[in-house]
Amino acid sequence: MKRFIGFIKKEFYHIFRDKRSLFILFGMPIAQVMLFGFAITNEINNVNIAILDKSKGATTQEIINKISASKYFSNQQFISNEAEIESVFKKGKVKAVLVFEKDFSKKLTKNKLATVQIITDATDPNTANTVTNYVSSILQKYQQQINKEIKIPYQIAPESRMVYNPELKSVFMFVPGVMTIILMLVSAMMTSISITREKEMGTMEILLVSPIKPFQVIIGKVFPYIFLSIINAIVIILLSIFIFKMPIEGNLFLLGFESILFIINALSLGILISTISDTQQTAMMISLMGLMLPVILLSGFIFPITSMPVPLQIISHIIPAKWFIVILKGIMLKGVGLILVWKETLILVAMTVFFIVLSIKKYKIRLE
Amino acid sequence: MKIILYIIQKEFKQIFRNKAMLPLIFVLPLIQLIILSNAATFEIKNIKFSFVDYDHSSFSRELIDKFKASTYFNIVDSFSSEKIASSEMLKGNVDVILEIPQYFERDLLKDKKTSLAVIINAIDGAAAGVENVYINQIIQNFNKNVSANLLQPNNKQYLPKSIVSIPSFWYNKTLNYKTFMVPGILVLLVTMITLFLSGMNIVREKEIGTLEQINVTPVKKYQFIIGKLFPFWVLGLLLLTIGLIIAKLLFNIPIVGSILLLYTYTSVYILVILGIGLFISNFTDTQQQAMFIAWFFVVIFILMSGLFTPIESMPQWAQYLTEFNPIKYFVEIIRMVMLKGSSFTDIAPLFIKTIVYAIIMNGLAVWSYKKTT
Repeated sequence: MKRFIGFIKKEFYHIFRDKRSLFILFGMPIAQVMLFGFAITNEINNVNIAILDKSKGATTQEIINKISASKYFSNQQFISNEAEIESVFKKGKVKAVLVFEKDFSKKLTKNKLATVQIITDATDPNTANTVTNYVSSILQKYQQQINKEIKIPYQIAPESRMVYNPELKSVFMFVPGVMTIILMLVSAMMTSISITREKEMGTMEILLVSPIKPFQVIIGKVFPYIFLSIINAIVIILLSIFIFKMPIEGNLFLLGFESILFIINALSLGILISTISDTQQTAMMISLMGLMLPVILLSGFIFPITSMPVPLQIISHIIPAKWFIVILKGIMLKGVGLILVWKETLILVAMTVFFIVLSIKKYKIRLE
Repeated sequence: MKIILYIIQKEFKQIFRNKAMLPLIFVLPLIQLIILSNAATFEIKNIKFSFVDYDHSSFSRELIDKFKASTYFNIVDSFSSEKIASSEMLKGNVDVILEIPQYFERDLLKDKKTSLAVIINAIDGAAAGVENVYINQIIQNFNKNVSANLLQPNNKQYLPKSIVSIPSFWYNKTLNYKTFMVPGILVLLVTMITLFLSGMNIVREKEIGTLEQINVTPVKKYQFIIGKLFPFWVLGLLLLTIGLIIAKLLFNIPIVGSILLLYTYTSVYILVILGIGLFISNFTDTQQQAMFIAWFFVVIFILMSGLFTPIESMPQWAQYLTEFNPIKYFVEIIRMVMLKGSSFTDIAPLFIKTIVYAIIMNGLAVWSYKKTT
């Protein structure tokens, strides 16, 4: 036991002596959380549009003013003919072109019907769709305004209530996701590479012939990283509370417990990676190339899982990050207790055990 | 020249000798391209819809039928009270609750107006906004039908003025997400592979101690650097080629623009990435440090590239920051050239910036390389 503690001490010294790595380890997550919390949003606004106004009347001017006053659009530019539409799209700055038909106002008063064409650059389907919706709703409001004298009877007024995030802040969606990515990748990378490093340098054999048992070597290697990751988690949680005003509706202890569980899960995944790879480069490629994109794309961090094709929804079940994000959002935004996240918690526990058992198995094979 | 060729040969041999690396360099990224391109969609469908009907009238049933008929909503359940429905939302079983009050039908017929409550889980704010639009559309249509049926025909003179908007979606008529995502994800994979491999490669020699040995040989530094980096440049272009083939054959992504332009741009772009990789190598002592730094930048580059979320929606300062993001340039250009057929003059401003970036990055890398060894 004394030898074991000595070994852990040595590992701690090792890590803390390397000031540059420490700086990176703590500085990075802070910088990333700040950057993403403030910068990333999946809302769509400040879209550049172009206008082709063939009517040039007071009515179209009024509509154009309404559109430019909206926060969704900025920097409108005027074009004078159809041929220019293609060229503004190809330059890539303009996402939509509004075409007002000839004699727009005249038609509107006489025929009570006028048309606007909304042409969008649909290479980005989401923006195209949203922009079309924005313009339609502005037009609809304008329509109501000019039809004021006509009372439409039989009205059903839906009253929408947005729960858990009434202001629709996208930061509430992104903070749990960024926290998950950082904890997952930092933890998995750290352990995967620290053990392969000893292998590559040839010092692992020395460790293995020493009186410390193999599993003690692993625990000793992992222990400092648990410590570091917990500090990382605390820093991120503090940032989200104090800078992003993220509510923690649920129990802070539960949040802490789940975070530690997730960290251990990620670290054990890292160990598994390190047992199957011989060089740091292989370990890095597995943990970075293999984990980064699946974690970003399949965890529900940015893209809604329920909209994915069924096979991918099934694959997303094996991504630990997915379960952790559900837990985080539940505790932070909904204020749920363990009663409502026990299933997710159990899945994380099971995955952790699986990773550990598998790495012990692989590890023994290697020693023979 | 001969010396450079020898080094290149040696580097290639080293890459291909490591049997574990080959699948990681080629197979892993391409599998991800094939699988993950299907995951990236902002389309909101399969919304878990539930309702509480306190009215049980023919109107309320008719309205609910409208939701059942919509393709966006999956009717999960009806609940007998709002309280039960809310607790199901807390558990995550429903996303949307439509609450139809008692006397819904009576009020509509008598007072000519009535209200409805819609409760939406808004943790994903953008999705909640879209769901709200869908719901309002359905209710509005229902409303129109109701008033058309109930209104007296002599009211025709009060026909409202209406503006019809005709949407048309260019370059991607069916609003297919994969058309948008496959080129972008391909960019990521090319970037990540070239950056990680180059970033770790030279620092590895440092860590093992072989860099000192090379420094005492007659090999000049520039020869060494070119020899080291050239194989990764080739790998990047190779990966792009296989990726484009997959995009075309498997996803049927249109390649409207010039392939030559795409390759010309990519060959400059990879130089930027290799410069960054070399720069990272120079400032780190161990592969671990190099990897952390590379990872740090890659995550920032990815999330701020406009690949998943629009750059225009970012605050102004963040938009300025994206000017330093190489992935942003590549994502924009590959989408412009492949999907819209943008020409050299269309992408010239971005191309020139990339060239400048490549010169600065490689200049810095070579300069710092001399300094530290």
